[in-house]
Amino acid sequence: MARPLQLLFFALIIRPIVLIIIGLNVRRHQELPQKGPAIIVANHNSHLDTVVLMTLLPLKCLKKIRPVAAADYFLKNKLLAWFSREIMRIIPLTRTANGATIEERLAGVFEALNHDDILILFPEGSRGEPEKLTKFKSGVAYIAEKYPNVPVYPVYLHGLGKSLPKGEAILVPFFCDVMIGEKLFWNGSASAFMDKLEVTMTDLASSGGFPSWT
Amino acid sequence: MLPYSQLKQGQDTYAMTSLHPHVQNVLGCIVLLLIIATIVTTVLSKLKGTDKYRELVLRVQTWWILVGVFTVAMMAPTKVAVGFFGFVSFLALKEYFSMIPTRRADRRVIFWAYLSIPLQYYWVADAWYGLFIIFIPVYMFLFIPMRVILIGDTKGYLQAIGTIHWGLMTTVFCISHLAYLLVLPESVNPNGGGVGLVLCVTFLSQFNDVAQYFWGKLFGKHKVVPTVSPNKTYQGLIGGVLTTVTTAYFLGPYLTPLDSYYSAIGGLIIGLFGFIGDVTISALKRDVGLKDSSQLLPGHGGILDRVDSLYFTVPLFFHYLYYLKY
Repeated sequence: MARPLQLLFFALIIRPIVLIIIGLNVRRHQELPQKGPAIIVANHNSHLDTVVLMTLLPLKCLKKIRPVAAADYFLKNKLLAWFSREIMRIIPLTRTANGATIEERLAGVFEALNHDDILILFPEGSRGEPEKLTKFKSGVAYIAEKYPNVPVYPVYLHGLGKSLPKGEAILVPFFCDVMIGEKLFWNGSASAFMDKLEVTMTDLASSGGFPSWT
Repeated sequence: MLPYSQLKQGQDTYAMTSLHPHVQNVLGCIVLLLIIATIVTTVLSKLKGTDKYRELVLRVQTWWILVGVFTVAMMAPTKVAVGFFGFVSFLALKEYFSMIPTRRADRRVIFWAYLSIPLQYYWVADAWYGLFIIFIPVYMFLFIPMRVILIGDTKGYLQAIGTIHWGLMTTVFCISHLAYLLVLPESVNPNGGGVGLVLCVTFLSQFNDVAQYFWGKLFGKHKVVPTVSPNKTYQGLIGGVLTTVTTAYFLGPYLTPLDSYYSAIGGLIIGLFGFIGDVTISALKRDVGLKDSSQLLPGHGGILDRVDSLYFTVPLFFHYLYYLKY
């Protein structure tokens, strides 16, 4: 029942906002996967990040896209929980362990990958300060190790932190630059994988030559 | 569709209107030019390898879309057509704000700057000349520093108010003159109405760009402003201006209330200042270290790259015409 609603929401509201009000400059668009299983890893500055990433893929892929999002934030009330689960189709992730093993906390993620879904992950864990890259959490390495054949696509987003930063309610249009990097695979160790990912991400960030935003 | 003779009544009903016969004929000539350009670029890219002419082919393809969108917008009721130019202003202003360095503190000021677009185009749709002509140069000019001061960040204050207002002047105030041509009294211009005026100045400006490019490619030698735009030569500039003056001499009397002589002077204004507008945006891009303002128009760059000459030519042509005829 929610599926056509999701399609309408993205086709009539999200796409016009993202493509016309904000506007995207995408580099190497053809690098992105058209089918799963795949993991898209991006930096996180704004609520717009997820919908922009979901707009990058054609509408027919929409049903396969699953953003991984913080359970404590996106399930905090009934309405938001319904919207997050049915329209955004998030995979809720508990940010604090509370005695659960990492295997248990990532169960939803593994299930989605088994269904050939395309995951969206923000390893920074929080939107943080606008237009600043922070240290990545290593959960993504854990997933990559378990699924060594699933490609990981690093995507750097610039500009959305200006359009709608954390704590602001009004959207101010700025172009969003989307830099898509070469896909990565599990390379043997968690630290090596995270290093590779972070280097790719900082390279993508600096390749745009964006001035700092203070 | 309503025939042109009923256009005035048609405006109130929000029906699509058919274009003035002169406008139709000129648009037909533009389509003919595009067909020739498509054939030439396709043949060239087939003969000499695709890579060298790829951008030119893309550019011609985008021209088709631009001419199509322009035609549909001009067939719309006047108020909708005015809104269309407001949308062009929005896209150009967004490119501008995304290019220039802004401060976090200016986010809310930029929001107000965007809000000036619907207001400015409301004055246009209402044909409220007095407010149209002073709103951005006076009221927004005073409002922006006031809003910045209330936020209270003084570091970079002058740069913030200067750059924000410059963006409004170029992308909103100057471009809105194009929309105001649509609401000038139709009776003064039986040769093509408001749409005829818009078509005349837009076509001459864009044709001037193309003509300068061709003369420069064919005979270009002596650079005009090598530090800003190394591809601009005196040969291109003079050849382009002469082409534009000649075209204006014939086109002006057909689409506007100006006679051939005054049209040629209008062509001279458009030719010279189209060049200036072009290099001004080049200087801006050079200052911020970008080649194109965005990727919205394949082969051209962004909207700013396409309207760069218009922001000089449109207000100058408008006031030249307004002084002589309205």
